[in-house]
Amino acid sequence: MTTDTINESLDESHNDEHHDHKMTGLKRWLYTTNHKDIGTLYLWFAFIMFLTGGVLAMVIRMELFQPGLQIVEPDFFNQLTTVHGLIMVFGAIMPAFTGFANWMIPMMIGAPDMALPRMNNWSFWILPFAFAILLGSFFMESGAPNFGWTFYAPLSTTYSNGSTAFFVFAVHIMGVSSIMGAINIVVTIMNLRAPSMTYMKMPLFVWTFFITAYLLIAVMPVLAGVVTMLLTDTYFGTSFFNAAGGGDPVMFQHIFWFFGHPEVYIMILPAFGIVSTTIPAFSRKKLFGYSSMVYATASIALLSFIVWAHHMFTTGMPLFGELFFMYCTMLIAVPTGVKVFNWVATMWRGSLTFETPMLFSIAFVILFTIGGFSGLMLAMTPVDFQYHDTYFVVAHFHYVLVTGSLFSIYAGAYYWLPKWTGNMYNDSLSKWHFWCSLISVNLLFFPMHFLGLAGMPRRIPDYALQFADFNKWVSIGGFAFGLSQLIFLAVVIKCIKGGDKAPAKPWDGAEGLEWTVPSPAPYHTFSTPPKVD
Amino acid sequence: MNRGNLGWLFLGSMLSSSAWADTQLNLTKGVTAVSREVYDLHMLVLYICSAIGLIVFGAMFWSMAFHRKSKGAKAADFHESTKVEILWTAIPIVILIAMAVPATSTLIDMENNDNSEVTIQITGSQWKWHYKYFDQDIEYYSVLSTPREQYENQNGSFDGNGADKGTNYLLEVDKPLVIPAGKKVRFLITSDDVIHSWWVPAFAVKQDANPGFINEAWTNVDEPGVYRGQCAELCGKDHGFMPIVVEVKSSEDYDAWLNEQHAMTAKAADAEKAALSASMSKEELMQLGESTYMAYCAACHQPTGLGLPPAFPALKGSAFTTTGSVTDHVKVVFNGRAGTGMQGYGKQLSLKEIAAVVTYERNAWGNDTGDLVQSSDVKAASEE
Repeated sequence: MTTDTINESLDESHNDEHHDHKMTGLKRWLYTTNHKDIGTLYLWFAFIMFLTGGVLAMVIRMELFQPGLQIVEPDFFNQLTTVHGLIMVFGAIMPAFTGFANWMIPMMIGAPDMALPRMNNWSFWILPFAFAILLGSFFMESGAPNFGWTFYAPLSTTYSNGSTAFFVFAVHIMGVSSIMGAINIVVTIMNLRAPSMTYMKMPLFVWTFFITAYLLIAVMPVLAGVVTMLLTDTYFGTSFFNAAGGGDPVMFQHIFWFFGHPEVYIMILPAFGIVSTTIPAFSRKKLFGYSSMVYATASIALLSFIVWAHHMFTTGMPLFGELFFMYCTMLIAVPTGVKVFNWVATMWRGSLTFETPMLFSIAFVILFTIGGFSGLMLAMTPVDFQYHDTYFVVAHFHYVLVTGSLFSIYAGAYYWLPKWTGNMYNDSLSKWHFWCSLISVNLLFFPMHFLGLAGMPRRIPDYALQFADFNKWVSIGGFAFGLSQLIFLAVVIKCIKGGDKAPAKPWDGAEGLEWTVPSPAPYHTFSTPPKVD
Repeated sequence: MNRGNLGWLFLGSMLSSSAWADTQLNLTKGVTAVSREVYDLHMLVLYICSAIGLIVFGAMFWSMAFHRKSKGAKAADFHESTKVEILWTAIPIVILIAMAVPATSTLIDMENNDNSEVTIQITGSQWKWHYKYFDQDIEYYSVLSTPREQYENQNGSFDGNGADKGTNYLLEVDKPLVIPAGKKVRFLITSDDVIHSWWVPAFAVKQDANPGFINEAWTNVDEPGVYRGQCAELCGKDHGFMPIVVEVKSSEDYDAWLNEQHAMTAKAADAEKAALSASMSKEELMQLGESTYMAYCAACHQPTGLGLPPAFPALKGSAFTTTGSVTDHVKVVFNGRAGTGMQGYGKQLSLKEIAAVVTYERNAWGNDTGDLVQSSDVKAASEE
């Protein structure tokens, strides 16, 4: 018997043991260690959180529809903005990407599952508790956290309301979940690749998640540290951030943004991975400059550790510090530019079709680049003094997070829905989703640039009269964008229930191992490693 | 009226020229040499980004228009070129350097705080600004003066265009900061409680006010005028309600203003002395107390005295203050309470006002203690 046949027979016995071992009902989802089930759980959880955070945003936009205090008190308004930010960052975007990682990485590298399946189960199932605690604080006497998602001390310590401990505990759980998810991704990619799949043969999607996972492992403990310092400052009399006790409130910001800046790349690098998969597929042309894409992703990740203080130009830094962080931040434009140019070069002289995943990908490239431009403007310290903490910043990060990260998530979801469900989605409904989202999202976020330039500070429940007209438009855009997302829900439910049967590879230009298995992907795939050339 | 007409009417009202007359689209040029440099830098980066955008998006739209499968486009198979990659790494670096050079020189200007002629300490606190003129013995608080009824939409019908709201709605204060034109004015910025940020767009000055630390900034305004800004760092509940107004006066007017302030300080000191020996009637105390309460206390403790617990406790029936000992009550108002949002008002209010507000709190909302507190009681309690 040769080694190969031994392996094969082992594999078969292994398969027999596991086949039909799937539990039914709620137990299947509670106890599952299957990467596809856990991916599904992450994606649904993210979508529910996205709608929850969206409802908070709708109330914010209702309050800001007209000048004057209409429907909420200023303190509750601050709770809304705080929890909206936390939910969207930690509850919607990050878990959605982890869902993609769970579903796609094993199938893309030819692995049977994630390397640490039980930990995988746990890293998902602690998340609902974290968000139950966070959202539950709305029903406490003091209300939810009201100090902004950046929770600057001492507003979040000495001057905070009664729910700070709940906030800290919720963030701890989210952090533990993220770290476990990230370790799982790293271990899976390092150990479970199909035998001949070298690192430089991995799909770019896998590369971006690999690098993102390292970022998470590096900075999530920093977040855990800073919330713990916050906790002891608030409840146990320490003075990390209290000047009267020898601490420094600005040090809080340094620690927070040392986490916070890599965090924003944690939310955009996987997006780069997704569109680097979809754009070549619908251009019917290989991704231009694969290796430069890998190096650019790694450069962005490394640079993200030395630019944090560009969030803090107005805190009173020495000139040298301001120059250093300005130059480093401007440098990020170089690898980011390389990525955008490579996507354009991939489309150039391709054979383009415009299925919904491609529409979202093209919108991603253009609108993310607009967010990148405003980012470059914000990097310039002297002008940042004018932009900082205004709606210009709000416009900037919503362009990179909504039309950036979220649009890439939609691109990826439409791209792989046939593989996940075995059915094609309803094409015309998905196009409605795209066009409604595209128009409303720009009505929602583009005028915010003007508001910020004209001088409207962020995080205010009421504003001077010269901001009234744009705020009205922004709110209308917001309501329309919120409603448009329900179309996506309809598309997904319809697609799960039925639709045209999807072939193994519904997109003629698609590449990758995930298209070599049937649609829907069987519960267990690649029990035998595939051959990669 | 059918639905369609309503829609057009709505659209018409949104686009009507009167509503858009004062809508500003771009960054202000401001009124100082630095703010104009900042504006030029902003426009430079904006133009560069627009040009790059035009090229990149142009190439994308070109391929979307001409390289589509439906038009019979066949995919080429090039997919890498080291030359091209080097090119589009190098060109952005050159552009970035071209942007960094003017940015650096502007920044060096902005950070040069030397040779100032006037120094003013700015202290942020929840939710007002305090200005103190160095070497002048002038200091005062500057508080939002837009009446509560306006932002709570209490008077008249509200049509969304702010018909019942003043022109400078939320951007007006009782006592603006006054600085001379044509002189370098240095600001020393700090905070009493949480982080605030002092921002006047027309000066291109935005500097955080950090508790326990002092930041520096400066400006030199060419022309007299009134310039408005807002707190730019989330500082709690009324972050949106602590505007900044700066009145820039010509040198002569500024000097006259200084003299006027000195005279007022002297007068206030005399009034304090007189108040100590005077005794006010309950009506007088309650009347002054109510107006003082509404201006300084109602934001947190609410006009109803019910507060917003637990951060801002109720004063109605409070055993700790309003129905407890007079001395303790006065002390809390005078010195504040460490570790809470309650500031000390000893510096902000006159003895007479504190006496009145304490009297008011002890006799309003059913707190019928019947206590009358006079200026001399406040002085005695505060010195205890």
